[in-house]
Order: sequence, then C-alpha cells, then structure tokens
Amino acid sequence: MNSKRASRRRFLKNGAALASLTVGALRSASGQTPGPETPAAVPKGYQPYGQRSHFESSTRTTFHAEGTPPPGVAPFQSWPAVFNPLQDSVGIITPSSLHYVVSTGSVPPDIDPRQHRLLIHGMVDRPLIFTLEELKRLPFVTRIHFLECAGDGSPNVLLTNKGEGPIIQRVMGFTSCSEWTGVLLSLLLREAGVQTGAKWISAEGAETAKHAKSIPLDKAMDDVIVAYGQNGEAVRPDNGYPLRLLVPGWEGINNVKWLRRIQVMDQPPMHSRETNGYNSPRADGSKRWFQFQMGPKSIITFPSDAHRLPGPGFYQIKGLAWSGAGAVRRVEVSTDGGRTWNDAEFQGPVLPKAHSRFRLDWNWNGEETLIQSRCTDDQGVMQPTLAEFGKLRGVDVRVPPPNVSNHFNPIHSWKVARDGSVQYGLFS
Amino acid sequence: MAACSMGCFLKLFASAIILAAAPLAALGQSPTYKLGRTPGAEELRSWGFSVSPSGKDLPPGSGSAEQGAPVYAQKCASCHGKTGTEGPATRLVENLRRWPLATTIWDSVNRSMPFNQGGSLAPDEVYAVTAFLLFRNRIILESDVLDAKSLPKIEMPARKEFFPPWQDLWNPGETRPSGDYP
Repeated sequence: MNSKRASRRRFLKNGAALASLTVGALRSASGQTPGPETPAAVPKGYQPYGQRSHFESSTRTTFHAEGTPPPGVAPFQSWPAVFNPLQDSVGIITPSSLHYVVSTGSVPPDIDPRQHRLLIHGMVDRPLIFTLEELKRLPFVTRIHFLECAGDGSPNVLLTNKGEGPIIQRVMGFTSCSEWTGVLLSLLLREAGVQTGAKWISAEGAETAKHAKSIPLDKAMDDVIVAYGQNGEAVRPDNGYPLRLLVPGWEGINNVKWLRRIQVMDQPPMHSRETNGYNSPRADGSKRWFQFQMGPKSIITFPSDAHRLPGPGFYQIKGLAWSGAGAVRRVEVSTDGGRTWNDAEFQGPVLPKAHSRFRLDWNWNGEETLIQSRCTDDQGVMQPTLAEFGKLRGVDVRVPPPNVSNHFNPIHSWKVARDGSVQYGLFS
Repeated sequence: MAACSMGCFLKLFASAIILAAAPLAALGQSPTYKLGRTPGAEELRSWGFSVSPSGKDLPPGSGSAEQGAPVYAQKCASCHGKTGTEGPATRLVENLRRWPLATTIWDSVNRSMPFNQGGSLAPDEVYAVTAFLLFRNRIILESDVLDAKSLPKIEMPARKEFFPPWQDLWNPGETRPSGDYP
C-alpha cells in the first residue's frame, strides 16, 4: 500500500515534470518562429515526433494505369490514389500515415490553419464564417468510422491498376478506419439556421480542383462530422488538414477534404464528379443518379495474396468487416469454398460504420482450398455471393472480371494452394 | 457588370431575409453558441457558390461560343489543348458529351477553373466558355447565347442514360431496391 502510494507520488512528480516540459515546448511552438530549432522535450535517442522501428517496412502503394507516366510524374494526374496495406493491418485503426487517399489535384494543399475558414451559406438565416479556433471551442464528438472509396475492390481496379503491391492492397486497399474528432455538421447548420425548403448541401474543398459534392440535408443533420482530429492528432494533410467532412458509411467521395464551404440548397448541384463519374452504371448502359451508402463487406486480411503459409498446421484467419448501414452483427468464415460456414469471433469493439476485426482458428491440412468470409449487418443485410451481386446489378459475372467499377461487395475468396501460396480466388 | 450582379445579389439577399423571418421563429433555430461571423454580401460573393440544375443560383451575365473562343484560347488551351482534344488535362471535346447536365459544366468552370485560379473568371466569361465547350461538343450552335435562363434548358445527350427521371430523384430516407444500398 505504502509503496503503491510512493510510486503514485513519484509518478505524479514525474508527470508534473513532463507536463512543464510539454508546456515549454508548446510555448515555443506557438511563437513566431516554430520549426526544427524548437528544442526537443524528450530524452536523447528519442524523437520529438516518434517514428516506427526501422525494421518495419509496410507502406502505401500508388495507383498506376498502364501506359501512363509513373505516379508523381503526370502533371495533370487528376486522381492521385494510394492504397492502404491491409495485409499488414492489426486491430481496427489504420495508422494515419497508411490511410488510403483518393484525391483531386496532384498534391495536398498546404493550408495554414490560422488562415483557414469554413463558410456555411445558401438557404440559411445567417451565413457564418468559422475559424478553426472557433470550431474547436464548440462541443465536439469523437467517433471511430471507416472510409471506403466507391471503387474499393472492384474488378475495374483489378484490371486497370498496374501499380505495386499484392491484390489485397492494390485492389482492396481503398478503405481505412480512424478515430475522428470534430463538430457535428448539424450543430453548425443549426447555428446558421436552415431555411424551410432546403433539402441538400453542397460541400466544397480548398484544393486547386475544388472538389465538391451534393449530400442530402437529412444525412448532413444526422451524423456528419466536420473533423479536425484524426487518431488523436490533427487530420493529416493527405486526409484533409486542417478540416474535412466525415460522412459515416457513405462512399469516400462525399467526405470532402480541406473543407472550406458548405452551401445549403433545395436541389443537389450535381457537381462534375457525381455526374460524369460516381453514378451507378448498369449492364444496359444506363446510369443511376447517386449511390451513397457502402454495402456490408468483409475481407480476410490474413492469409491473403501477400502471404505464404509455411506449411500445414495452426493459423488464425483474420479479417475486417464493415457496413455503411450500421454495425456488423455477424461474420462467418468458410475454409472449404463455401460448403460450410463457421461463426467468426469478434475482437471488439464492434462499432457502427466502423471496421470490425474478426478471427477464426484454423488448422490447415495442406490441401488446396478456398477461404471466404461473409458478414451480416445490424439491418439484417448479408454480403451477397458473386452470383447474387451479378443478378442485383444486372452484371454478367460469368465473364470475369465483370465490368463493375463501384460498390463491389460480393463475398471474396482467397485460394490457398498446396505450396502455401495464396491467390485471388474470386473467379476461381 | 460587377455592379449589376452585386445589386441583384443584394436584392436576392434581402428577399431571403424577408422569406426567412417567418420560419425562423417557427423552427426556433436561433444560434446557441453565437460563434462564427456573418460576412457581408461582397465578402460572401468572393467565396464562390455552387449552382443547381434548376439554374436558380446562376448569376446575371451571358456569353456565346464566339465570345468564348478567345477566353478558351487564353485561359484553358494551355492545359486542355488548342482545340480541346489534345490534353494533357481532360480532353473536353467528346468528354463533355457524356455529362448529363449543362449546369455542371458552368459550375465546374466557375468554381475550379482555370487550374489553381478557380473563381477568377467573371460570369460573362464562364457563360462564354461554357457555350464554347458545348458548341465544340456539337450540342449548341456557335451563335447561341447562354444565360441564367437558357443554360438550364439545354438538353444534354447523355441525360437520357440516367434514371430515374430527375423529378423522381431519390429522397433522403427512402429505401432503395434490394441490393441498391441507399
């Protein structure tokens, strides 16, 4: 007891010392000349801003279409895209430095947060301009949510991306999950006073291309976050620093980065990227306006085509499951090509519109097999089979890979060969 | 030109305030935290705006393809090519034929073009460049004049590929057919 108290006192004392060091660092950082000359408030051998071990090498990879200049060279590469290495993921949070990116404009804008403003205008009683400081004074929320590009895992990406990395990364790595902190958009809209007849918002970013997106007002008033925090620190520049929209469960393009302007409207403005793209094309060539919510989806992240099993024996199959509609209720795994299914175990937390981690113990007998996972969300919607998906979307899946570019969520398969290698098995 | 749109804007702004007065009390949407600052009309205009297919947010002004050609040559051709077919940026000729709404072209040019100078074109220039692009895509005639009234009425050939009809656009909260997540 006494020793406990003593150690607690020691801890508090050390804590106070650390705190005063932190305050010192903060003071100099908020001065006129912050930068590398700021003394590091950490012991020698440690970094002021920590890095992972040099033994770790997991990195993002870039989308690269055949016949185009290498990534970073094309001056008008309109869709720079980098993929999250899901094969190396553990837990449910994607490190901010590995978060996937799909962007408009070649490089993320370099925005000074002290200069940045957010405008709310249009069909409101009081147009309002907020500084970041003001936004941070308002009541905040912190929530864990996934982001997923509409094209994540689609056969279209499989066909067109000739970039580096295994398929689990360069085709399926257009999804990530973070803890986001910010102000609910509903709060800001209420402050501005939404007028009768308003039904939509247009959200616009501050990058050179000024990407903008129509979002129904109902969603904006529901759970949309104007986020300034990501995984315990400021949102990363790639992901929208200093301010971005977070539209839980909806396709990535709605989550406008470098957010500068929100206009309340009675009609959706139908910006370029929601008409000439991001519609929902059908087999007959027709296209449907909008498709917002990401369907239920699960993928096995281990073993995947990034791995090779050294031999028969015990393995724990691991994966991620999520749904744009809510929480994942159940994940089942098959290790025999879908003949039998076993309930996977969740490693909590299992949160709404967030990646959930599942696992299943497996003794591999060394024979060739297909391993698959399927999830059911709390709305009772189950991930479709490839055949069911084809029927629903009017796509001929007998001619693999089918011409599907977005919202591709059928049950995925990895083919484990006798030599322990793992291949893309969806069309096997 | 600037004075006209400014005046019209103020008029719109004033009518918006009058219209808003009644529902304001009914909805009880008075600010709780009183943070943020209300910009003046001129400042508000400098932020830019989005336009919807109805065209109701389009500003006064007009332009034709004839007037747009020199603007295109000066402000757009260096990236999109002399005739709109060379690149390196999006080949606007043919590509824009696939866009279902002409107001989207106006919106994109107005908000985000020229590259890195979005919002710098005057409304007349935006109408003229839009007209030039629609003419080069064989959708309107070279002499057709675009303004807030005529632009929303343009029938884009790609419009018929989209469903459901615009009037039946999905309303928030509505359930969609099985397999079509909302």
